[in-house]
Amino acid sequence: MSGIGKLLSNRAFWRGVGSIVIFLVLWELGSRSKQWMAPEFFAPFKDLLGTMGFKKDYLPWIGAVPPPSGVLKSWVAVLGQQGYWQSWYMSFFRVMGGFIAAMLIGIPFGLALAVNRVAHGVGFPVFEVLRPIPPLAWVPASIIFWPTQESAIIFITFLGAFYTIVINVLGGARSIDVRYFQAAQSMGSSRWDIFRRVVLPGTLPSIVVGSAVGMGITWEVVVAAEMISGGGSQQAGTGGGLGFFIWNSYVGGSYEQIVVGMISIGIAGFVSSELLRWGGRFVTPWMKVR
Amino acid sequence: MSETSARPTVVPGEITLNGVSKSYGAIGFRKEVVRDCSFTIERAKLTVMVGPSGCGKSTLIRLLAGFEQPSAGTVTLDGAPINGPDRDRLVLFQETALFPWMTTWNNILYGPRARGELSSEALEFAEFLLAKVGLQDFRDKYPGQLSGGMQRRAELARAMINNPKVMILDEPFRGLDAMTKELMWEYYSRLYEENRRTNFFVTTDIDEAVFLADRMLVMSNIPTQVRAVIDVDLPRPRRLSDLVESDRANDIKKQALSILHAEAMRSFSRGSKAAADFVDAYLKRASRA
Repeated sequence: MSGIGKLLSNRAFWRGVGSIVIFLVLWELGSRSKQWMAPEFFAPFKDLLGTMGFKKDYLPWIGAVPPPSGVLKSWVAVLGQQGYWQSWYMSFFRVMGGFIAAMLIGIPFGLALAVNRVAHGVGFPVFEVLRPIPPLAWVPASIIFWPTQESAIIFITFLGAFYTIVINVLGGARSIDVRYFQAAQSMGSSRWDIFRRVVLPGTLPSIVVGSAVGMGITWEVVVAAEMISGGGSQQAGTGGGLGFFIWNSYVGGSYEQIVVGMISIGIAGFVSSELLRWGGRFVTPWMKVR
Repeated sequence: MSETSARPTVVPGEITLNGVSKSYGAIGFRKEVVRDCSFTIERAKLTVMVGPSGCGKSTLIRLLAGFEQPSAGTVTLDGAPINGPDRDRLVLFQETALFPWMTTWNNILYGPRARGELSSEALEFAEFLLAKVGLQDFRDKYPGQLSGGMQRRAELARAMINNPKVMILDEPFRGLDAMTKELMWEYYSRLYEENRRTNFFVTTDIDEAVFLADRMLVMSNIPTQVRAVIDVDLPRPRRLSDLVESDRANDIKKQALSILHAEAMRSFSRGSKAAADFVDAYLKRASRA
């Protein structure tokens, strides 16, 4: 109770609420501008932009964006549809699939690169050659390579998180202070013991950071991958995913639904990174006290 | 609490350096940090090494601990050459080396756990040491939650549980505030008086050296050599207040300072910043004495 009371009496909280409210009001007014502004009002601006080479009938203007009230209406309507929730499920499934695979492969790989000179010598050059290739550049190749479109999308989301996780794990393990190793050695630690009780916990904060960043990239990648591959399949319902949901809304001309899809992805990304942060705090309890 | 039964007996060791040199860098660009250095860290004594900052003391410590091997000469513990790090020579580093991810209790138990010696005696000894360093209430805290002085004490406990033959301390109280530092001097010196383990303590602080030492090694600038060995024959147990009034202590301090001053002046002519600082500090001290 006191937690909520504290929140309600917190200036910063109300400032945040105010900021969002003002944003929504401006957005609403902006998209309804055609209703309360006379077209003649813009004539001078249009002429001015026209002289600068813009097409007079195609100007960027917030009036083209659906208002928040419309978005909300459309959202309420879509909440009852199975297809919308199926999109959520599909995107989450792909993100989690790719992300968990990236952790399962990326963490041991990064640790191996960090502690083993041979592994580093053999693995790192290939890794560094492949790393600059953006995950989305892999879309056509992975559609050819993987038997199903589903596995291709998961592979691309995997790539999104994999490089970041490996780089963070490697950097984290490498930056552990040499004093810890010397102290452990002096006290009679074996190599395995040092790995388990010094390298692993010493790298954990970097694993958490790398995963959080990787998770963000995963959501960016999955949406684009769904638009490209899912959107191209033209088999309604099978492509799925929030990225496809947005694309489909665009193709279908339902502009409110585009925004619904955008906000949904924002919420999905926020929820995933919060979950991750919570898990991160749980596995690195010493970090919060420093 | 059966304190005595849990405590393994202290077996003090003796370390001898014979003609030790250490240089770094590629051939043609080698820099000699330690040159033909010989001295003994005597059994069951507290030897303090004092020298200007950047004089290669930390290099010597790495050689003693076995993290590095000398380029020439030998380092032996009770006659046996030192080949690598071992629990019989434990180092307290300049900054804390407590594992931040372990609680005080788990930090203290690191050594026994690493060697698979987590017996009921070891636990009992850990309990005894935790009380000895006065951290019972901080048993389940992480190092980040401890103050600088507490961290130092936890680290002492973590080293002592391994019952080393020699304790090596590399400017362990550097960075503590003046008050905590003096408390740590008294605490550490009482600890030493109790168990009479061989201790090797490195510092740049003359007051610290005189207060703690049985023997004092005054070092030269790079390449490191021993300039003088001073027996600090002040009675124990020592108290800071006694030391301020003791003429003998002041004599020893002046003796050491004059050697260090000469060293600093030599490097001063070579334009070292560290030496300029040192001369400055020396002049302040001299005017106070």
